[in-house]
Amino acid sequence: MVEVPSEKMSPATTPVFEPRIVALLCHYCAFAAADMAGVMRLQHSPNIRVIRLPCTGKLDILYLLRAFEEGADGVMVAGCEEGSCHFVKGNLVAKRRVNFTKGLVAQVGIDPERLRMYNLSSSMGPRWAEISREMIEHVRSLGPSHLRREK
Amino acid sequence: MIVAKQKPFETIYGMVAPNKRIMLAGCGSCVTVCFAGGEKEVGILASLLRMRAQKDRKDLDVVEATIKRQCDVEFIDELKPKLDGVEAILSIGCGAGVQYIAERFGKTIVLPGLDTTFLGVTEAMGVWTERCQGCGDCKLHLTAGVCPIARCSKSLLNGPCGGSMNGKCEVSADTPCGWQLIVDRMEALGILDRYEQITPANDWTASRDGGPRRIDREDLHEIK
Ligand code: SF4
Ligand code: SF4
Repeated sequence: MVEVPSEKMSPATTPVFEPRIVALLCHYCAFAAADMAGVMRLQHSPNIRVIRLPCTGKLDILYLLRAFEEGADGVMVAGCEEGSCHFVKGNLVAKRRVNFTKGLVAQVGIDPERLRMYNLSSSMGPRWAEISREMIEHVRSLGPSHLRREK
Repeated sequence: MIVAKQKPFETIYGMVAPNKRIMLAGCGSCVTVCFAGGEKEVGILASLLRMRAQKDRKDLDVVEATIKRQCDVEFIDELKPKLDGVEAILSIGCGAGVQYIAERFGKTIVLPGLDTTFLGVTEAMGVWTERCQGCGDCKLHLTAGVCPIARCSKSLLNGPCGGSMNGKCEVSADTPCGWQLIVDRMEALGILDRYEQITPANDWTASRDGGPRRIDREDLHEIK
Protein backbone atom coordinates (compact mmCIF):
# COMPACT_ATOMS: atom_id res chain seq x y z
CA MET A 1 0.00 0.00 0.00
CA VAL A 2 1.24 3.52 -0.77
CA GLU A 3 1.91 5.64 2.28
CA VAL A 4 0.17 9.00 2.21
CA PRO A 5 2.12 11.81 3.82
CA SER A 6 -0.12 12.95 6.67
CA GLU A 7 0.21 16.70 6.18
CA LYS A 8 2.30 17.93 3.28
CA MET A 9 3.86 21.37 3.45
CA SER A 10 3.26 23.50 0.43
CA PRO A 11 6.00 25.89 -0.74
CA ALA A 12 4.25 28.69 1.13
CA THR A 13 4.46 26.43 4.24
CA THR A 14 0.69 26.39 4.70
CA PRO A 15 -0.13 22.78 5.53
CA VAL A 16 -2.14 21.09 2.79
CA PHE A 17 -4.64 18.61 4.05
CA GLU A 18 -4.15 15.30 2.26
CA PRO A 19 -7.36 13.32 2.64
CA ARG A 20 -7.34 9.57 2.99
CA ILE A 21 -10.07 8.06 0.90
CA VAL A 22 -11.15 4.44 0.71
CA ALA A 23 -12.56 3.46 -2.68
CA LEU A 24 -14.64 0.32 -3.02
CA LEU A 25 -14.69 -0.57 -6.69
CA CYS A 26 -16.58 -3.12 -8.72
CA HIS A 27 -14.31 -5.58 -10.49
CA TYR A 28 -16.26 -5.32 -13.75
CA CYS A 29 -16.30 -1.59 -14.25
CA ALA A 30 -14.70 0.95 -11.93
CA PHE A 31 -11.78 -1.30 -11.03
CA ALA A 32 -11.15 -2.02 -14.70
CA ALA A 33 -11.44 1.70 -15.45
CA ALA A 34 -8.88 2.48 -12.76
CA ASP A 35 -6.65 -0.17 -14.28
CA MET A 36 -7.07 1.39 -17.71
CA ALA A 37 -6.25 4.81 -16.28
CA GLY A 38 -2.98 3.27 -15.13
CA VAL A 39 -2.27 1.79 -18.54
CA MET A 40 -2.99 5.21 -20.03
CA ARG A 41 -0.40 6.64 -17.64
CA LEU A 42 -2.98 8.86 -15.95
CA GLN A 43 -1.76 9.53 -12.46
CA HIS A 44 -3.36 7.57 -9.64
CA SER A 45 -3.34 9.61 -6.48
CA PRO A 46 -2.01 7.96 -3.32
CA ASN A 47 -4.86 9.68 -1.46
CA ILE A 48 -7.14 6.94 -2.71
CA ARG A 49 -6.81 3.38 -1.49
CA VAL A 50 -8.65 0.92 -3.63
CA ILE A 51 -10.49 -2.17 -2.46
CA ARG A 52 -11.86 -4.42 -5.18
CA LEU A 53 -15.34 -5.88 -4.83
CA PRO A 54 -16.61 -8.70 -7.07
CA CYS A 55 -19.64 -6.42 -7.66
CA THR A 56 -20.90 -3.41 -5.70
CA GLY A 57 -23.75 -5.73 -4.71
CA LYS A 58 -21.19 -7.21 -2.31
CA LEU A 59 -20.97 -3.85 -0.57
CA ASP A 60 -21.62 -4.28 3.11
CA ILE A 61 -22.68 -1.38 5.34
CA LEU A 62 -20.00 -2.58 7.73
CA TYR A 63 -17.25 -1.97 5.13
CA LEU A 64 -18.30 1.66 4.96
CA LEU A 65 -18.59 2.08 8.72
CA ARG A 66 -15.28 0.33 9.32
CA ALA A 67 -13.52 2.68 6.92
CA PHE A 68 -14.86 5.72 8.76
CA GLU A 69 -14.15 4.16 12.13
CA GLU A 70 -10.54 3.54 11.10
CA GLY A 71 -10.23 7.22 10.27
CA ALA A 72 -10.89 7.53 6.55
CA ASP A 73 -11.75 11.13 5.61
CA GLY A 74 -13.89 9.97 2.73
CA VAL A 75 -15.30 6.78 1.29
CA MET A 76 -16.29 6.30 -2.33
CA VAL A 77 -18.12 3.44 -3.96
CA ALA A 78 -17.98 3.05 -7.73
CA GLY A 79 -20.03 0.60 -9.71
CA CYS A 80 -21.30 0.08 -13.23
CA GLU A 81 -23.68 2.51 -14.84
CA GLU A 82 -27.27 1.92 -13.83
CA GLY A 83 -28.80 -0.72 -16.06
CA SER A 84 -25.51 -2.39 -16.91
CA CYS A 85 -24.54 -4.22 -13.74
CA HIS A 86 -22.88 -7.55 -14.52
CA PHE A 87 -25.14 -9.08 -11.86
CA VAL A 88 -28.20 -7.08 -12.94
CA LYS A 89 -29.04 -5.26 -9.70
CA GLY A 90 -25.81 -5.10 -7.68
CA ASN A 91 -25.22 -1.40 -8.22
CA LEU A 92 -28.81 -0.55 -7.33
CA VAL A 93 -28.51 -2.48 -4.08
CA ALA A 94 -25.24 -0.65 -3.40
CA LYS A 95 -26.88 2.72 -4.03
CA ARG A 96 -29.49 1.97 -1.38
CA ARG A 97 -26.88 0.81 1.10
CA VAL A 98 -24.83 3.93 0.50
CA ASN A 99 -27.87 6.13 1.08
CA PHE A 100 -28.85 4.18 4.19
CA THR A 101 -25.30 4.48 5.54
CA LYS A 102 -25.33 8.24 4.98
CA GLY A 103 -28.18 8.36 7.51
CA LEU A 104 -26.26 6.17 9.95
CA VAL A 105 -23.03 8.17 9.89
CA ALA A 106 -24.92 11.44 10.21
CA GLN A 107 -26.15 10.17 13.60
CA VAL A 108 -22.59 9.90 14.87
CA GLY A 109 -21.42 13.28 13.66
CA ILE A 110 -19.84 12.32 10.33
CA ASP A 111 -20.86 14.54 7.43
CA PRO A 112 -22.75 12.19 5.04
CA GLU A 113 -21.12 14.14 2.22
CA ARG A 114 -17.93 12.22 3.02
CA LEU A 115 -19.55 9.22 1.38
CA ARG A 116 -20.23 9.21 -2.33
CA MET A 117 -21.24 6.75 -5.00
CA TYR A 118 -20.20 6.98 -8.64
CA ASN A 119 -21.15 4.99 -11.72
CA LEU A 120 -18.88 4.41 -14.68
CA SER A 121 -18.04 1.74 -17.23
CA SER A 122 -14.84 -0.25 -17.64
CA SER A 123 -13.79 1.75 -20.70
CA MET A 124 -13.80 5.06 -18.83
CA GLY A 125 -10.19 5.33 -17.69
CA PRO A 126 -10.05 9.14 -18.01
CA ARG A 127 -13.37 9.43 -16.18
CA TRP A 128 -11.88 7.47 -13.27
CA ALA A 129 -8.98 9.92 -13.11
CA GLU A 130 -11.50 12.76 -13.14
CA ILE A 131 -13.77 11.43 -10.37
CA SER A 132 -10.75 10.58 -8.22
CA ARG A 133 -9.59 14.18 -8.46
CA GLU A 134 -13.10 15.40 -7.83
CA MET A 135 -13.50 13.23 -4.73
CA ILE A 136 -10.12 14.25 -3.35
CA GLU A 137 -10.92 17.96 -3.79
CA HIS A 138 -14.38 17.46 -2.36
CA VAL A 139 -13.08 15.72 0.77
CA ARG A 140 -10.24 18.21 1.05
CA SER A 141 -12.81 20.98 1.20
CA LEU A 142 -14.61 19.15 4.04
CA GLY A 143 -11.43 18.91 6.08
CA PRO A 144 -10.19 15.97 8.13
CA SER A 145 -12.62 13.56 9.76
CA HIS A 146 -12.78 13.88 13.55
CA LEU A 147 -11.99 10.16 13.67
CA ARG A 148 -8.79 10.56 11.67
CA ARG A 149 -5.73 9.06 13.30
CA GLU A 150 -2.25 10.31 12.61
CA LYS A 151 0.27 7.55 12.33
CA MET B 1 -41.59 -14.81 14.49
CA ILE B 2 -41.19 -12.08 17.09
CA VAL B 3 -40.79 -8.80 15.22
CA ALA B 4 -38.88 -5.91 16.74
CA LYS B 5 -37.24 -2.70 15.70
CA GLN B 6 -34.24 -0.85 16.99
CA LYS B 7 -34.76 2.02 19.39
CA PRO B 8 -33.67 5.44 18.13
CA PHE B 9 -29.88 5.61 18.11
CA GLU B 10 -29.65 8.56 20.50
CA THR B 11 -31.87 6.72 23.02
CA ILE B 12 -29.55 3.73 22.92
CA TYR B 13 -26.46 5.91 23.16
CA GLY B 14 -27.97 7.72 26.14
CA MET B 15 -28.48 4.41 27.95
CA VAL B 16 -24.96 3.12 27.40
CA ALA B 17 -23.04 6.40 27.63
CA PRO B 18 -22.39 6.27 31.41
CA ASN B 19 -20.37 3.07 30.91
CA LYS B 20 -16.81 2.55 29.72
CA ARG B 21 -17.16 -1.03 28.62
CA ILE B 22 -20.34 -2.68 27.44
CA MET B 23 -21.31 -5.92 25.80
CA LEU B 24 -23.60 -5.68 22.80
CA ALA B 25 -25.48 -8.96 22.68
CA GLY B 26 -27.32 -10.06 19.55
CA CYS B 27 -29.71 -12.97 19.11
CA GLY B 28 -29.51 -15.39 16.20
CA SER B 29 -33.21 -16.20 15.94
CA CYS B 30 -36.34 -14.05 15.34
CA VAL B 31 -34.62 -10.68 15.52
CA THR B 32 -31.96 -11.82 13.06
CA VAL B 33 -34.68 -12.65 10.54
CA CYS B 34 -36.31 -9.23 10.96
CA PHE B 35 -32.94 -7.45 10.70
CA ALA B 36 -33.21 -5.86 14.12
CA GLY B 37 -30.82 -7.69 16.40
CA GLY B 38 -28.64 -10.27 14.65
CA GLU B 39 -24.90 -10.45 14.14
CA LYS B 40 -24.98 -7.88 11.34
CA GLU B 41 -26.93 -5.38 13.43
CA VAL B 42 -24.53 -5.95 16.33
CA GLY B 43 -21.62 -5.03 14.05
CA ILE B 44 -23.32 -1.91 12.74
CA LEU B 45 -24.57 -0.67 16.11
CA ALA B 46 -21.23 -1.37 17.82
CA SER B 47 -19.42 0.63 15.17
CA LEU B 48 -21.86 3.53 15.47
CA LEU B 49 -21.64 3.56 19.28
CA ARG B 50 -17.85 3.64 19.17
CA MET B 51 -17.83 6.48 16.65
CA ARG B 52 -20.45 8.40 18.60
CA ALA B 53 -18.42 8.05 21.81
CA GLN B 54 -15.30 9.25 20.05
CA LYS B 55 -17.19 12.34 18.98
CA ASP B 56 -17.76 13.06 22.68
CA ARG B 57 -14.10 12.15 23.36
CA LYS B 58 -15.28 9.35 25.60
CA ASP B 59 -13.86 5.87 26.02
CA LEU B 60 -16.37 3.21 25.09
CA ASP B 61 -15.34 -0.37 24.60
CA VAL B 62 -17.96 -2.51 22.91
CA VAL B 63 -17.66 -6.28 23.19
CA GLU B 64 -19.67 -7.84 20.37
CA ALA B 65 -21.39 -11.17 21.00
CA THR B 66 -24.23 -12.86 19.16
CA ILE B 67 -25.66 -16.10 20.46
CA LYS B 68 -28.10 -18.54 18.89
CA ARG B 69 -30.97 -17.63 21.22
CA GLN B 70 -31.26 -15.30 24.19
CA CYS B 71 -34.23 -17.22 25.58
CA ASP B 72 -32.28 -20.36 26.55
CA VAL B 73 -29.69 -20.43 29.32
CA GLU B 74 -27.43 -22.85 27.44
CA PHE B 75 -26.74 -20.12 24.92
CA ILE B 76 -26.75 -17.22 27.38
CA ASP B 77 -23.95 -18.90 29.31
CA GLU B 78 -21.74 -18.58 26.22
CA LEU B 79 -21.60 -14.85 27.01
CA LYS B 80 -20.00 -15.41 30.40
CA PRO B 81 -16.35 -15.71 29.29
CA LYS B 82 -16.62 -12.37 27.50
CA LEU B 83 -18.02 -10.44 30.45
CA ASP B 84 -14.70 -9.39 31.96
CA GLY B 85 -14.88 -5.73 32.93
CA VAL B 86 -18.26 -5.30 31.25
CA GLU B 87 -20.34 -2.75 33.16
CA ALA B 88 -23.57 -3.16 31.22
CA ILE B 89 -25.02 -5.49 28.61
CA LEU B 90 -26.99 -3.93 25.80
CA SER B 91 -29.18 -6.69 24.41
CA ILE B 92 -30.71 -6.44 20.99
CA GLY B 93 -32.77 -9.57 21.49
CA CYS B 94 -36.52 -9.37 22.12
CA GLY B 95 -37.81 -8.36 25.55
CA ALA B 96 -37.72 -11.98 26.69
CA GLY B 97 -34.04 -12.22 25.78
CA VAL B 98 -33.17 -9.00 27.60
CA GLN B 99 -34.86 -10.24 30.76
CA TYR B 100 -33.42 -13.72 30.64
CA ILE B 101 -29.90 -12.37 30.29
CA ALA B 102 -30.60 -10.09 33.27
CA GLU B 103 -31.81 -13.06 35.33
CA ARG B 104 -28.71 -15.02 34.45
CA PHE B 105 -26.25 -12.26 35.27
CA GLY B 106 -27.61 -10.80 38.51
CA LYS B 107 -24.81 -8.26 39.03
CA THR B 108 -24.72 -6.67 35.58
CA ILE B 109 -27.01 -3.95 34.29
CA VAL B 110 -28.91 -5.15 31.22
CA LEU B 111 -30.39 -2.64 28.77
CA PRO B 112 -32.85 -3.06 25.88
CA GLY B 113 -31.76 -1.91 22.43
CA LEU B 114 -34.97 -2.92 20.67
CA ASP B 115 -38.66 -2.23 20.91
CA THR B 116 -40.25 -5.66 20.71
CA THR B 117 -43.40 -5.18 18.72
CA PHE B 118 -45.45 -8.15 17.54
CA LEU B 119 -45.78 -11.74 16.37
CA GLY B 120 -45.87 -11.56 12.64
CA VAL B 121 -44.68 -12.48 9.20
CA THR B 122 -42.37 -11.15 6.51
CA GLU B 123 -44.83 -9.74 4.02
CA ALA B 124 -42.16 -8.57 1.57
CA MET B 125 -38.44 -7.86 1.87
CA GLY B 126 -38.26 -5.24 4.60
CA VAL B 127 -41.96 -5.36 5.48
CA TRP B 128 -43.34 -7.19 8.51
CA THR B 129 -46.93 -7.32 9.66
CA GLU B 130 -48.75 -8.56 12.71
CA ARG B 131 -50.68 -11.81 12.69
CA CYS B 132 -51.14 -13.11 16.24
CA GLN B 133 -51.42 -11.74 19.77
CA GLY B 134 -50.81 -14.99 21.61
CA CYS B 135 -54.31 -14.94 23.12
CA GLY B 136 -53.90 -18.47 24.45
CA ASP B 137 -57.19 -19.74 22.94
CA CYS B 138 -56.84 -19.76 19.18
CA LYS B 139 -59.96 -18.97 17.20
CA LEU B 140 -58.69 -19.34 13.67
CA HIS B 141 -61.01 -22.32 13.01
CA LEU B 142 -63.98 -20.00 13.59
CA THR B 143 -62.74 -17.18 11.40
CA ALA B 144 -61.52 -18.86 8.24
CA GLY B 145 -57.90 -18.70 9.32
CA VAL B 146 -57.75 -14.93 9.78
CA CYS B 147 -57.18 -13.74 13.35
CA PRO B 148 -59.97 -11.49 14.63
CA ILE B 149 -57.91 -10.48 17.65
CA ALA B 150 -54.67 -9.44 16.00
CA ARG B 151 -56.04 -8.24 12.69
CA CYS B 152 -59.13 -6.36 13.78
CA SER B 153 -58.10 -3.13 15.44
CA LYS B 154 -60.80 -3.62 18.08
CA SER B 155 -60.29 -7.38 18.43
CA LEU B 156 -63.98 -7.89 17.69
CA LEU B 157 -65.14 -11.48 17.72
CA ASN B 158 -68.27 -10.60 15.77
CA GLY B 159 -67.36 -8.00 13.21
CA PRO B 160 -67.05 -5.87 11.31
CA CYS B 161 -67.82 -2.62 13.07
CA GLY B 162 -69.34 0.37 11.32
CA GLY B 163 -65.90 1.74 10.51
CA SER B 164 -65.10 -0.84 7.85
CA MET B 165 -64.93 0.92 4.50
CA ASN B 166 -63.84 -0.39 1.11
CA GLY B 167 -61.93 -3.17 2.81
CA LYS B 168 -59.99 -0.79 5.04
CA CYS B 169 -60.16 -0.30 8.78
CA GLU B 170 -61.21 3.09 10.11
CA VAL B 171 -58.00 3.25 12.12
CA SER B 172 -55.88 3.85 9.03
CA ALA B 173 -56.23 3.74 5.28
CA ASP B 174 -53.22 1.38 5.20
CA THR B 175 -54.80 -1.19 7.48
CA PRO B 176 -56.99 -3.84 5.91
CA CYS B 177 -60.17 -4.46 7.89
CA GLY B 178 -59.62 -7.81 9.62
CA TRP B 179 -63.28 -8.66 9.35
CA GLN B 180 -63.38 -7.89 5.65
CA LEU B 181 -60.51 -10.36 5.28
CA ILE B 182 -62.45 -12.94 7.29
CA VAL B 183 -65.61 -12.54 5.24
CA ASP B 184 -63.70 -12.58 1.94
CA ARG B 185 -61.94 -15.77 2.87
CA MET B 186 -65.13 -17.45 4.11
CA GLU B 187 -66.69 -16.59 0.80
CA ALA B 188 -63.75 -17.96 -1.16
CA LEU B 189 -63.87 -21.16 0.87
CA GLY B 190 -67.66 -21.47 0.41
CA ILE B 191 -68.27 -21.39 4.18
CA LEU B 192 -69.97 -18.03 4.46
CA ASP B 193 -72.75 -19.70 6.50
CA ARG B 194 -70.30 -19.76 9.43
CA TYR B 195 -70.44 -16.01 9.49
CA GLU B 196 -73.97 -16.35 10.85
CA GLN B 197 -72.71 -18.05 14.00
CA ILE B 198 -72.32 -15.62 16.85
CA THR B 199 -69.21 -16.07 18.97
CA PRO B 200 -70.05 -15.59 22.66
CA ALA B 201 -68.20 -13.12 24.85
CA ASN B 202 -64.63 -14.25 25.21
CA ASP B 203 -62.98 -15.59 28.33
CA TRP B 204 -59.69 -13.76 28.32
CA THR B 205 -58.08 -15.60 31.20
CA ALA B 206 -55.98 -17.64 28.78
CA SER B 207 -54.65 -14.32 27.50
CA ARG B 208 -52.75 -11.63 29.43
CA ASP B 209 -55.80 -10.98 31.65
CA GLY B 210 -55.00 -14.17 33.51
CA GLY B 211 -51.61 -12.80 34.57
CA PRO B 212 -48.17 -13.94 33.41
CA ARG B 213 -48.54 -17.26 31.67
CA ARG B 214 -46.69 -20.50 32.09
CA ILE B 215 -46.65 -23.77 30.22
CA ASP B 216 -45.41 -26.78 32.13
CA ARG B 217 -44.89 -30.10 30.35
CA GLU B 218 -43.92 -32.79 32.80
CA ASP B 219 -43.08 -35.21 30.02
CA LEU B 220 -40.24 -32.90 29.05
CA HIS B 221 -38.82 -32.28 32.50
CA GLU B 222 -35.22 -33.20 33.05
CA ILE B 223 -34.84 -36.57 34.80
CA LYS B 224 -32.72 -36.00 37.86
S1 SF4 C 1 -56.88 -16.26 17.83
FE1 SF4 C 1 -55.34 -15.93 19.40
S2 SF4 C 1 -53.81 -17.54 19.14
FE2 SF4 C 1 -55.10 -17.49 17.28
S3 SF4 C 1 -53.96 -16.17 15.87
FE3 SF4 C 1 -55.39 -14.84 16.97
S4 SF4 C 1 -54.28 -14.09 18.77
FE4 SF4 C 1 -53.12 -15.78 17.91
S1 SF4 D 1 -62.95 -1.54 10.61
FE1 SF4 D 1 -62.66 -3.75 10.60
S2 SF4 D 1 -60.60 -4.08 11.51
FE2 SF4 D 1 -61.18 -1.97 11.93
S3 SF4 D 1 -62.06 -2.08 13.95
FE3 SF4 D 1 -63.77 -2.28 12.53
S4 SF4 D 1 -64.04 -4.46 12.17
FE4 SF4 D 1 -62.06 -4.18 13.17
